[in-house]
Amino acid sequence: MSAWLRAFWRALTRRDTGEAPPPPAGQDGPPALDIAPDDPIVAFFLRAPGAVEVDEIELDSPAVRALRAAGIKLVVPLVSQGELIGLLNLGPRLSEQEYSADDRALLNNLATQAAPALRVAQLVRQQQAETQERERLDYEMRVARLIQQTLLPRTSPTLPGWQLARHYQPARAVGGDFYDFIELTDGRLVLIVGDVTDKGVPAALLMATVRSFLRSAAQRLVAPGLVLRRANEHLCGDIPPNMFVTCLYAVLDPESGRLWYANAGHDPPYVRREGQVEELRAIGVPLGLMPDIEYQEHELVLEPGDSVLLYSDGLVEAHNSGREMFGFPRLQAAVARHAEARGQALIDALLADLAGFAGEGWEQEDDITLVVLEREPAAGAPARSRQAGDGAARLAGPWERLAEHRVPSQPGNEHLALRYLGEAVRRLDLPPRDLERLKTAVAEATMNAMEHGNSYRPDAPVLLEVLASPAAVMVRITDRGQGQPLPVLEVPDIEAKLAGLQSPRGWGMFLIERLVDHMRVSSGDERHTVELILYRKGDRYAGETT
Amino acid sequence: MPAKQLEASVRRLPGVAIIDLRGEINATAEAALNAAYAEAEQGDPRAVLLNFVEVDYINSTGIALIVGLLARARSSNRQLRAYGLSDHYVEIFHITRLADFMQVFSDEAAAVAVGES
Repeated sequence: MSAWLRAFWRALTRRDTGEAPPPPAGQDGPPALDIAPDDPIVAFFLRAPGAVEVDEIELDSPAVRALRAAGIKLVVPLVSQGELIGLLNLGPRLSEQEYSADDRALLNNLATQAAPALRVAQLVRQQQAETQERERLDYEMRVARLIQQTLLPRTSPTLPGWQLARHYQPARAVGGDFYDFIELTDGRLVLIVGDVTDKGVPAALLMATVRSFLRSAAQRLVAPGLVLRRANEHLCGDIPPNMFVTCLYAVLDPESGRLWYANAGHDPPYVRREGQVEELRAIGVPLGLMPDIEYQEHELVLEPGDSVLLYSDGLVEAHNSGREMFGFPRLQAAVARHAEARGQALIDALLADLAGFAGEGWEQEDDITLVVLEREPAAGAPARSRQAGDGAARLAGPWERLAEHRVPSQPGNEHLALRYLGEAVRRLDLPPRDLERLKTAVAEATMNAMEHGNSYRPDAPVLLEVLASPAAVMVRITDRGQGQPLPVLEVPDIEAKLAGLQSPRGWGMFLIERLVDHMRVSSGDERHTVELILYRKGDRYAGETT
Repeated sequence: MPAKQLEASVRRLPGVAIIDLRGEINATAEAALNAAYAEAEQGDPRAVLLNFVEVDYINSTGIALIVGLLARARSSNRQLRAYGLSDHYVEIFHITRLADFMQVFSDEAAAVAVGES
């Protein structure tokens, strides 16, 4: 009888765990037996009227071979509601006699009563396991939410002349959205919106990793493309399979309004300007998918009144009861329609649109993150600027960043700037005379920056940035001229100079203004920047002779 | 990144002195340029020619130095001529109006010949 009990116990426990526990100490029970669902023995047992002699089973069945190998003589199927839920496996009788008809009858009787009891026990165990799993998931969700809420910014930075509003609405299952604001020591602000695939604790932990890395890289590297490249290198190899991170990384210069950004597979932001809403096209591979990825940098100058919306896919991928998706066109149209809604008001309007679209009883499927950055339309923004030439505003389109270098402030280093410029614009194939014009203008502006802005201080390099759009090339030269006034330009007059009425010098700015199509100068508390813009018009000198 | 120091030497042809310039005309060129001009003035040539064939860089300070030479030449009723400038620097000479006060030629022969007729 002890063999029966051991078999019963085995059948009971195996159903629950899928694995056989070790037999009780000092007892050699039959070995664990796994029966594949497509094993013909399953159908055989379901049809069997009761106990079956293993030696009499004529089936090509792995389970039968296993039973024989284990020395099982007699098997009693346990069937409940037409489902095979276990077996009573009996070895040879201890008396070495065959099982009698009475034994079989007793076993069949036992099986008839044990099967429903076993089924009930299995269901109870299953329910307990499900309850534990639910509790575990609830706990994980609380942990994940705690991680996310701990790491997301609690306040928005205050920038004079700017509005920054944000909204984060976690889904019940807690997705992997994150956003961050990082104030750089030079006054610029980093804005990040990202999304980790997966949900729960794994997503929250990955989000924490990415956030920490971006925070440490932001001050050190600054350039968005470089930050994303390093983050990708950091993640590749360590990230679990099938997980990746999308991330939009932008650097705002509040003084000039320049927004410098790169994208690792995140939904592209929208910019609203004079009622028109455009997508800021920037593409790139999500972080953690593959190594050695370059991230293109782009740039936009936000003028007073312009807004940028950064967001996660929780909004655009929300579905209504008809399984229709909110979608990008609807979001773009909504941002345009709510032209008067600024900052937090725009977020509120978009959420109201979403609520109207989704209808009552809508269950949020994914996290929703919205960040609105807006340059206030009121006059008196901190940056002072002067634009030379007309039509500069239309050059405020997206720029691709070709190069950024720091040029030590020492005499003669304008040549270093020219070398960097030449390398950066080589692939643009500028007409030679345009390139010469640009080089002379850049040399002059760099000399001014090194000498007048930085006083040739070795610890104060000049920042040289080269950007290109399909229509133009821009070179930006920034020094640390602290609050220096914009120079009052005296137009050099050669006759006055030859007559000794003007200094022979004073040609630098005059040449710059005449060699490029636009010059923009801006000056803040800590920086002085000259932007030189040259249109790409093909060879404007074709057919011209000197 | 040190700039290439200007080298300036003086040659003479009948009636003219030619200053052969090699290198960059920037702030560091002042002494060499002024010394060469002073040497060129000796013998009182009617014209001094600046040979820019081997000059690859002129910055705004260099322009100012040339303006200074032009003022000196004009004060002594001497012509200052230039030749061998690249198209870009010819444009610079026009933008600054230097070309209105000193004749610019493509080569030495033309620059020398102009006063011979």
